[in-house]
Amino acid sequence: MPSRLLPFFGFVLVFALLGFGIWWNQSHDPREVPSPLIGKPAPEFSLPLLDDPGKKLGSADLRGQPYLLNVFASWCFACREEHPILMQQGKELGVKLVGFNYKDEPADAKRWIAQYGDPYDVVIADYPGDVAIDFGVTGAPETFLVDANGVIRYKYISPITPEIIATELLPRISLLKKEVTK
Amino acid sequence: MRRLRRMVSSFPRKREPSAFAVRRPASKAPGSRFRGKDGKMIALFVACSLLACTLAHAIDPLPFKDRAEELRFQALTKQLRCLVCQNESLADSNAPLAADLRRDVFEQMQAGKSDEEIKAWLTSRYSDFVLYDPPLRAGTVLLWFGPALALLAGGAAIVVIVRRRARAATLAARPASNVEDDW
Repeated sequence: MPSRLLPFFGFVLVFALLGFGIWWNQSHDPREVPSPLIGKPAPEFSLPLLDDPGKKLGSADLRGQPYLLNVFASWCFACREEHPILMQQGKELGVKLVGFNYKDEPADAKRWIAQYGDPYDVVIADYPGDVAIDFGVTGAPETFLVDANGVIRYKYISPITPEIIATELLPRISLLKKEVTK
Repeated sequence: MRRLRRMVSSFPRKREPSAFAVRRPASKAPGSRFRGKDGKMIALFVACSLLACTLAHAIDPLPFKDRAEELRFQALTKQLRCLVCQNESLADSNAPLAADLRRDVFEQMQAGKSDEEIKAWLTSRYSDFVLYDPPLRAGTVLLWFGPALALLAGGAAIVVIVRRRARAATLAARPASNVEDDW
């Protein structure tokens, strides 16, 4: 009697396995590189400002207040998709928005910002891309939320959307602000 | 879709024009010189071989001390995943980030770092994802021993089925031998 049901159980098992595979692949992006840096101090850096390469801004200067580090470049198409959202909601985030210009010609980056607008409080330029490697950046756009102590609390790969701001960024930012006032 | 677009945008346009700029004329030029079917085949062959050439040269030349160091570098970068074109190794990838990482790996080799130290440096930034060979951890136990478990389960199932059938066969054979005795 049970041996007659055995093929059926086999089928159910295989079905469950394949179903789990489909669900697993839909529920997360298998291409997304998980960041081991979350919960760890952001790498020390000091990079020239895009507008004034003589001046530098570093991780030490940014300490004391949480900030959002947004990796972008003029060669990055997806950044153009993200940019209007930063323009609209960047100021409402309640944290300093630091633009991280990644492997970009300064002239191109400046033209890009002039054309599409400047949502950033400050833009630093990583032309060689070394600091980006320390941050584990794999492309643009990517966004890091760093707390007042310089610890990376959250990372988002691909363009920021209003949903991501509402569901992921704003709750974390308000938590960080409470931490600061503590 | 968004993912796809982002993939495309992981290639800086200006920084490494050689890989793309050199390849384009290679595939165009011979086509205009040869006519007809044979000509097309030859053109295709030439185009392909030229393409292979530029691809090979697109991987940046590094000043290795000796052949042994070069082999070590190649062996190491083959075990590492390019974070942009994720199905390519660091050794094969044309992505600018891969070129940067190759340069970093090379510099660390020059600085006397061991393969393990270089891998640790990379995983501290890009997680185990950067390694093609996943290390044995709590989260990868099933990955490492899952196939062996499946094999054991399959083997056990076969043993059970064969034994059951053998028993059934002997049970079926007994009355037959009785009949034979009657003859």
